[in-house]
Amino acid sequence: MTVFPGTTGLVLNEPLLWERGRKGRSGFSLPRRDVERRKVPAGLSSEIPDLPEMSEVDMVRHYIRLSQWNFSVDTGMYPLGSCTMKYNPKTNERQCGRPGFAGAHPLLPDEQCQGALELIAALECCLAEITGLKAVSLQPAAGAQGELTGMLMVHAYHQHQGKPRSKILVPDTAHGTNPASAALCGYTAVSVPSNPDGILSPETVAAVMDEETAGIMVTNPNTIGLFEENIRTIADIVHAKGGLVYGDGANMNAVLGLVDMGRIGVDVLHLNLHKTFSTPHGGGGPGAGPVCVGQRLEPFLPIPRVVVHDGVFRWSENFPLSIGKLQAFWGNMGVLIRAYSYIISLGAENLKRASQLAVLNANYIRARLKGTFHLAYDRPCMHECVFSDKLQQLHQVTTLDIAKRLMDYGFHPPTIYFPLVVPGAIMIEPTETESKETLDLFVEAMTAIAAEARETPELLHQAPTRCTRRRLDETAAARKPRLRG
Amino acid sequence: MRYLPHTPEDIAEMLKVSGVRSLDDFFAVIPAECRRSRPMVLAEPLTEWELNAHIDALAGRMAVAPEFKVFLGAGSYEHFIPASVGFVTSRSEFATSYTPYQPEVSQGTLQAIFEYQTLAARLLGLEVANASMYDGASALAEALLMAVRITRRSTVALSRAVHPLYRRVVRTYLGPTDIRVREIPFRSDGATDPAALGDIGELAAVAVQSPNFFGCMEDLKAFAAKAHGAGALCVAGFSEPLAFGLFQNPGSLGADIACGEGQSLGIPRSFGGPGLGMFASKMQYVRSMPGRLVGETVDLEGRRGFVLTLATREQHIRREKATSNICTNNSLCALTAAAYLASLGGAGIRELAQLNYDKAEYLKAGLRSAGISLPFSAPTFNEFVAAFPAGFKDTYRRLLTRKIVAGLPLEPYYPELPGHYLLCATETLSKADLDALVREVQS
Repeated sequence: MTVFPGTTGLVLNEPLLWERGRKGRSGFSLPRRDVERRKVPAGLSSEIPDLPEMSEVDMVRHYIRLSQWNFSVDTGMYPLGSCTMKYNPKTNERQCGRPGFAGAHPLLPDEQCQGALELIAALECCLAEITGLKAVSLQPAAGAQGELTGMLMVHAYHQHQGKPRSKILVPDTAHGTNPASAALCGYTAVSVPSNPDGILSPETVAAVMDEETAGIMVTNPNTIGLFEENIRTIADIVHAKGGLVYGDGANMNAVLGLVDMGRIGVDVLHLNLHKTFSTPHGGGGPGAGPVCVGQRLEPFLPIPRVVVHDGVFRWSENFPLSIGKLQAFWGNMGVLIRAYSYIISLGAENLKRASQLAVLNANYIRARLKGTFHLAYDRPCMHECVFSDKLQQLHQVTTLDIAKRLMDYGFHPPTIYFPLVVPGAIMIEPTETESKETLDLFVEAMTAIAAEARETPELLHQAPTRCTRRRLDETAAARKPRLRG
Repeated sequence: MRYLPHTPEDIAEMLKVSGVRSLDDFFAVIPAECRRSRPMVLAEPLTEWELNAHIDALAGRMAVAPEFKVFLGAGSYEHFIPASVGFVTSRSEFATSYTPYQPEVSQGTLQAIFEYQTLAARLLGLEVANASMYDGASALAEALLMAVRITRRSTVALSRAVHPLYRRVVRTYLGPTDIRVREIPFRSDGATDPAALGDIGELAAVAVQSPNFFGCMEDLKAFAAKAHGAGALCVAGFSEPLAFGLFQNPGSLGADIACGEGQSLGIPRSFGGPGLGMFASKMQYVRSMPGRLVGETVDLEGRRGFVLTLATREQHIRREKATSNICTNNSLCALTAAAYLASLGGAGIRELAQLNYDKAEYLKAGLRSAGISLPFSAPTFNEFVAAFPAGFKDTYRRLLTRKIVAGLPLEPYYPELPGHYLLCATETLSKADLDALVREVQS
């Protein structure tokens, strides 16, 4: 009999931090006092903050127990579509933790931080080469901030042309951050429907593209896991009307070493280093969202930028058309070091190999689950494939039930109910770091769940039963928000 | 390659099941004009040994403690981080998990963030804190956008003593909008002048930072009273939350929104990022707040549990009508701050904050007795401004060769303050280090 990873195990209860503490305890070693105590000016001093008081062992046990309530990439397969939950190499944690980097102040004089400036310049070169674009800014803190940065540059470009524009085209398959980022720049998002094959048609774009439209935001491969085959023609249509092409690089993991974003006609592209370049997601950040640009947008990149002269690296602010700064300092350096370490450990051939194997893994799952689950678009995919609950609905089983039941089998659920164009979507992105045995086990679990949906749907409605908690009441949480203890 | 598990046999079998003959076949849909015209050119892949050596060489060209004595604050502070904090936050289950969309398998992150929200709200003296933002600067920009949404007014007043790099980020965020920024000048004592606010009737927000960029405590109460008298919100920024272990917090002084940088709370400086954007407000404004929120609820069996909540504010539901485009928080940094605050406890944060205050006061006294002018008289926490005599630039350079970074020159940020330097002294510098600086600047 197959042994699935899902089991109840020994899971320990753990109260809230302040329910564990006792007044008078401390888990902190204060340095020896070598200067005299001074009095704070009258009227300014506060009451002692209301914080839990715990010994070191209280604090450690608390968090170790909480950690055991989490699923993670290091625990098992995390096939979350569009999130690229690949393995995060451990050596990269060592690299960003070197005292020279972890302890470095961001406002050191240039001569005193040559190592960091050189690494920034080197990573920019790598990302320019990988994308086929001309210049890079590592400053954006996350994918969504990268999108905002890109849109601000598009906005500044049209402003500089003397013709500000008011609209932006966003395909119906796009991530929610796309229209939200465009809205921050004052653009009205115009939704562009994808065609029956799940991709954009040039005619649809041509019909809405005009000289009031700043450009188009395209995720390629798109969120259905399909390559936008008409992108070159679409870019020409947009450019002919004076618009720009924004590339959302969230799915770059499918096409490393294969596609040239510059040749495609992309003017600006953001990358998610926490997806494609393997930096840990941290339970929701920190990530990093560098932007890569072609010639037209280079003058608008955020400042400062690293320049090199006679082998000495310096920050330069001398870019008068720049959109300015996105973060107080230079970007999420800790994340950048990890991504850089990943890239130089793999090299060009292995990066391409990673994309090929990511696509192989997704197609293998697509082929093996086809028929068991309804495939929204029955054609070869890139790095992810999208199923739905169409077949299971006959048995009153939904995508949510399937996702929750997968937890009992010991897998993290796929992304569900996204993209919006596929009702009841189940979006699976295995990534290249999962082995064939793991994929086989996942397929077996999904197949078993499909059988349960027919025969014992109640099992799915009740799932999960093996996690620390059963299904949680999200409606009650929103109706009467209790956001602190 | 050690991260890629596929054997040639695996690949052959999987290709067969997928119905193609080679890996290249999957990419046949990509038109020729979209493909690379040549393979990528990157350096030869490094072994793990070579990688260690390469990164060590780069990291070795950075001026850091203990070799260097760095008197820099200005939004990034050196504080001692207990080994236990780094240990728990490096747990794989926290570090390699995703945003907790599936609460049943993410209770660890969710409870930890609920606890962070609680400790952040208590430290800042406000009713609700979100799950965190990117950094202090973008948090301030988002706070101003939030105030504009709430008041439906389109001018904000921003103190010139707010961190100059934060003000630049604000300008970037507000660039394409029609929101106007009015700057409030600072007085000769280093604090912002409430009398210079001008017409408050049209303001969405009055934003000051306390301690401000010069380290000076602001009269937040006066700004809050003025703002509230005219229907504007009082936004209190900060870059050194440890100050609230000793000084009154923004909420108790009347701030409606407190936002700032939380790097001080157990997060390595890491050349400026990742940091922790802390963001808190009064409960009445929670539905206008940007960012993730974790809320308490119950499961099917009535047991306490936690979920992401009030998501109808957010981009994945509301798309272009969301309160912000922000998608993630800086979750792991928030968790780090909570573990750090829990290690300190109430009594610990008071003593640590007092020690920071005392170190800076000791350095101030030393410099003063050495004849160095300290132009701003407003009370400070752990950093302050010193005005050095003409020719100090040479001394500053000489000190660098002696492995001392004698603060941040202010002239690039404030042309009217030539020869002024921002100096910071935390608990990590010893009395001997402080004495050495005083000695060196005189010679």
